[in-house]
Amino acid sequence: MRISVTVDGTKYDDDVEPRTLLVHYLREQLGKTGTVVGCDTSNCGACTVHLDGHSVKSCSVLAVQADGCEVNTIEGLERDGQLHPMQQAFHDNHALQCGFCTPGMIMQSLDLLADNPNPNEHEVREGLEGNLCRCTGYQNIVRAVQDAAGKMSPGAGPEVERVANEVAGRHSARTPVSSGGE
Amino acid sequence: MIPAAFDYTAPSTVEEAVGALAEAGEDAKVLGGGQSLLPVLRMRLAAPTTLIDLGKVAELRGVREDGGALVIGAMTTHYDVQRDPLVQQHAALLARATDTVADPQVRHRGTFGGSIAHADPAGDLLAPALAMDTEMVIAGQGGRRTVAAADFFVDYFTTALEPDELLVEVRVPKHTGWHAHYEKFNRVAQAWSIVAVAATVRVEGTSIAEARVGLTNMAATPVRAHAVENALVGAPATPEAIRAAAAHAAEGTSPTSDGNADADYRQHLARTLTGRAVTAAVSG
Amino acid sequence: MMTATIEPEVGKARRRKEDARLITGRTRWTDNIVLPGMLHMAILRSPVAHARITSIDTSQARGMSGVEAVVTGADIAEAQGSLPCAWPITDDMKSPPAPSLAVHTVKFAGEAVAAVVARSKAEAQDALEAIEVDYAELPVVLDMAEAVADGARLTHEDLGTNASATWKFDSAEAGTGGDVEQAIADGEVVVHRTFRQQRLIPAFMEPRSVVVDPTGEQLTMWSATQIPHILRLMLAMTLGVAEHKIRVIAPDVGGGFGGKLQVTPEEVIAFLVARKLGKPVKYTETRSESLQAAHHGRDQIQKLTMAARRDGTITGLKVELLADMGAYLRLVTPGVPILGAFMFNAIYKIPAYHFACTNVFTNKTPTDAYRGAGRPEATFAIERMMDELAVELGMEPLEVREKNWIKHEEFPYTTVSTLTYDSGNYEAATAKAKDLFGYDALRAEQAERRAKNDPVQLGIGISTFTEMCGLAPSRVLGSLSYGAGGWEHAAVRMLPTGKVEVVTGSSPHGQGHETAWSQIVADQLGVPFEDVEILHGDTQSSHKGMDTYGSRSLTVGAMAVLKAGHKVIDKARTIAAHMMECAPDDVEFEAGKFTVRGTDSSVGIQDVALAVFAAHDLPDGVEPSLDSEATFDPENFSFPHGTHLCATEVDTETGQVRIRSYVCVDDIGAVINPLIVEGQVHGGLAQGIAQALFEEAVHDESGTLTTGTLVDYLVPSAADLPSFTTGLTETRATSNELGVKGVGEAGTIASTPAVVNAVVDAVRHLGVADIEMPCTPMRVWQAIHGGAR
Repeated sequence: MRISVTVDGTKYDDDVEPRTLLVHYLREQLGKTGTVVGCDTSNCGACTVHLDGHSVKSCSVLAVQADGCEVNTIEGLERDGQLHPMQQAFHDNHALQCGFCTPGMIMQSLDLLADNPNPNEHEVREGLEGNLCRCTGYQNIVRAVQDAAGKMSPGAGPEVERVANEVAGRHSARTPVSSGGE
Repeated sequence: MIPAAFDYTAPSTVEEAVGALAEAGEDAKVLGGGQSLLPVLRMRLAAPTTLIDLGKVAELRGVREDGGALVIGAMTTHYDVQRDPLVQQHAALLARATDTVADPQVRHRGTFGGSIAHADPAGDLLAPALAMDTEMVIAGQGGRRTVAAADFFVDYFTTALEPDELLVEVRVPKHTGWHAHYEKFNRVAQAWSIVAVAATVRVEGTSIAEARVGLTNMAATPVRAHAVENALVGAPATPEAIRAAAAHAAEGTSPTSDGNADADYRQHLARTLTGRAVTAAVSG
Repeated sequence: MMTATIEPEVGKARRRKEDARLITGRTRWTDNIVLPGMLHMAILRSPVAHARITSIDTSQARGMSGVEAVVTGADIAEAQGSLPCAWPITDDMKSPPAPSLAVHTVKFAGEAVAAVVARSKAEAQDALEAIEVDYAELPVVLDMAEAVADGARLTHEDLGTNASATWKFDSAEAGTGGDVEQAIADGEVVVHRTFRQQRLIPAFMEPRSVVVDPTGEQLTMWSATQIPHILRLMLAMTLGVAEHKIRVIAPDVGGGFGGKLQVTPEEVIAFLVARKLGKPVKYTETRSESLQAAHHGRDQIQKLTMAARRDGTITGLKVELLADMGAYLRLVTPGVPILGAFMFNAIYKIPAYHFACTNVFTNKTPTDAYRGAGRPEATFAIERMMDELAVELGMEPLEVREKNWIKHEEFPYTTVSTLTYDSGNYEAATAKAKDLFGYDALRAEQAERRAKNDPVQLGIGISTFTEMCGLAPSRVLGSLSYGAGGWEHAAVRMLPTGKVEVVTGSSPHGQGHETAWSQIVADQLGVPFEDVEILHGDTQSSHKGMDTYGSRSLTVGAMAVLKAGHKVIDKARTIAAHMMECAPDDVEFEAGKFTVRGTDSSVGIQDVALAVFAAHDLPDGVEPSLDSEATFDPENFSFPHGTHLCATEVDTETGQVRIRSYVCVDDIGAVINPLIVEGQVHGGLAQGIAQALFEEAVHDESGTLTTGTLVDYLVPSAADLPSFTTGLTETRATSNELGVKGVGEAGTIASTPAVVNAVVDAVRHLGVADIEMPCTPMRVWQAIHGGAR
């Protein structure tokens, strides 16, 4: 089947088998190997990307379902070689060890802040319940998300805000369902 | 893993979808949000010949009012149900239960109708749907019919839907001004409910005027705790009275035993959690 | 040149170098590798735990679209040899041949039975479904106690027994202590307990993956492994292939925890198939395959008898273990429980000790190392026993521990199990932990909740621990019949521009070697942190190594780096002296600068590097090179220790356990990077807590793993764990120049008993003496309400 998908700002037209999972399309057809597969039951969240502004597990979406949609991955977060504040916060707070869960964890953390820009510890933990990490014990991930929340808030400085806004700007569908959802 | 190969069609109206379903025959599967179906396909526990994706059927999304009921389109995502002001106002129980479904990513894709039609008795939306006397609107080749929740859930993963029928919307009687709580008990945040209790009550003064209580994972289908409801009606909204009513929660249940919980423990949990759910609802 | 004093790198909370690629998705996981003409492999696995394979029909699969080959055990029976076991713990240990692809029988559910190689991953998986295998099922052996009873059904008929080996230590025989039976007979108090260490699954986040490229002079294998060096050697020895014709690369590796300390069937099959087809082949497991077929950990039954005097002094300890090997002995399977043998006496002075362990075969996935390997099991048992003894004597649990532990002035101390602990201060770590925890206030709250019969009861759990880590001294490993040494290798190379390449034989997969090693070398050579590059994980650039496990990288691997660095400085000193026209003995080296003693004449080491490259004016007989290699083999293990305190709230109406607070104070010797240390502790705690409360590999009566996906095998998420309060005390290790002890396993070892002690403590007054792990709500509730109903 022919699909047309915009990934990290670039439009792609491709033929895919209907059974192709979005994550396999990203990794194998587009070479976007920053997004990884960690399980087959949608528990681990390592494959989390944004689909039309919302986090999804790209192992549980067919590529054909993403036809006409915008997909954003970990590889699209940097701007002009500058890390997104969330990436920077993960680095600053030692929120990763082996790094395999990190792309999904960062993408879900961004989604969390889009809904709740200033979460407390409990809210961060609940917001990341669909992402497993085996290395960090999560404590530094929670710190990183709260750190990033502080840095992405208004008044954090023009550069940080610019990078934060550009990505947040893609969260276009944050309105209630009456607008038609996705 | 990768699913076995299948044909794929994405109709844009209910009519087309029903037609596609009839044409594809018994080996077709309807793809809603896909959050239960795609893992099953990946594990190759099912291999349908055709997937009929409802993602492009716009009329199946959204929540509207229709007199004394809310009408929730089957393809409305959990995320949208959670945030919908009509649901918050008239079906608080549904909003509370939806908050606990899986995780944020799954709630972005997973749909209300998909969960109901999947009919996993451990799913969190069945008990509220049953407790609130919802009705399922079903479309087939011959038109539409409506089935009460009490008649809709037939067995494990089995509903009143015929193979050539679609669940298109769920009618939820308005419970305006009712308090609600969904008490979910599981071992880790992501896990399915071992037992959960859906409770919604209408309080008049210091006593309970009306009560609806549903139980998750206490039988092959969701269970309505009628004995609890009867004991609550007219009772004072006190912990003692609620506890006494909750003691009836396991009546009529037939839970399974598994590694997380045997049947006796599940029945004990049903009683304890019912007390907590109703208490929380009353004070909420 | 700089004159100001440089702030030392060691001890600084450096942000990690390796993060740059990991937070941007520019990673090099094995599954990312794509080679021209690469084929994809999928593996058919046995659905049954024990059976004879009566027939395999692959004809239909062979004819399917994209399929290039279908391979069965019979096809490679000769070539595949037997998967290696490097630790024959006794002379008469029974170890059946371990095929990569099953030939005549399958011995556990998930064992590889056939492999399909196809042009796409989807086609390979499609073809698996077309392979017809007939199994004649055999009775399964699942229960260890039944397996060693007379007349038991057998996992391996031809062995005649399910017992692989029995390994014993007795302090009276060894001359290190008294006779345990006498101590028990004379004991004023004798406590008997049996504990179960449930089977766990390492569940690293990156599924195992291997790519084999047979097209070069050297066959190249990329693998998600902890042990590229050992893997190369073992492939050569197992398959009879010349070692120098194999190159192994461990690129970015997504966690291991012992689970990737293995030579796997999948690696062997991919190797043989790629070589046969002459084309690159990739295999990446699914999570369900990983949970079922990658080795499991723990799984012991521990019977303990402790004798003591009424004043709390322990007089003897007897330990009898059954350890589940699963169906086959993998790389170090039999040695895992033996590592524990040295740790049951823990931080305590125990005058008489007896240990016996029988390793048992069952029709389950093989077990092997999992974070801590043998030492968490031992620590759990002894720390549970200390609580039980305290209850028996009516003493405070901390008081019983203090009564028996080695006092700080008694180091070095040789234990009843023959190890010499070089340093430690249990008093200091415990005092600090108590303080951070608010111990007395929590005890007061506990008393209050008990008095008013609160439905939510509070429990306080204590665990002290020490471990033997930095798995190295080659002589000691030899005395334990381990198949290899425990040294580590490194090279330090100064490039002409003064930049430094460091080659380490350690093979990190999340530990942060690139950062920590850079800090050490930057200080040592007096060069900027950024000027140091760490190379690892490729047998071509790092030709020698013993890899990463057992908290050994820093204590052994970084020491090899330091040793190589010393050699570089010595070489450079000779040349610097020549450049400054003085004798080498008159040259001092500090902060990257060689100075003629008592003068201000100096030259920087990076300038020396350029002079060496030019080689225009070197002293006679000096080679134009500032490269050095070194191998380090310590004299002793290192012995980190710590005190962990956990407060749990137990809902007595449902059995639900909530961790209210967790404090740990660890003494890991000198700290190179506090950020990395804290991260290692956090992650270790999470895994140890997961054993206490959540995780268990469960098999049904047919031997099928019922926790075969992450839906059922409960790896905790952020929402299931608390924040931890961590602290450090520092007594330097004396067995290495850095003074370091290792931190990778500490959190895992101590946290499991701390949590379980806390759960039991919360409901002890309700008549509960023990709760089996994981302490699920049902188990806790049943314990409170009079056992299973």
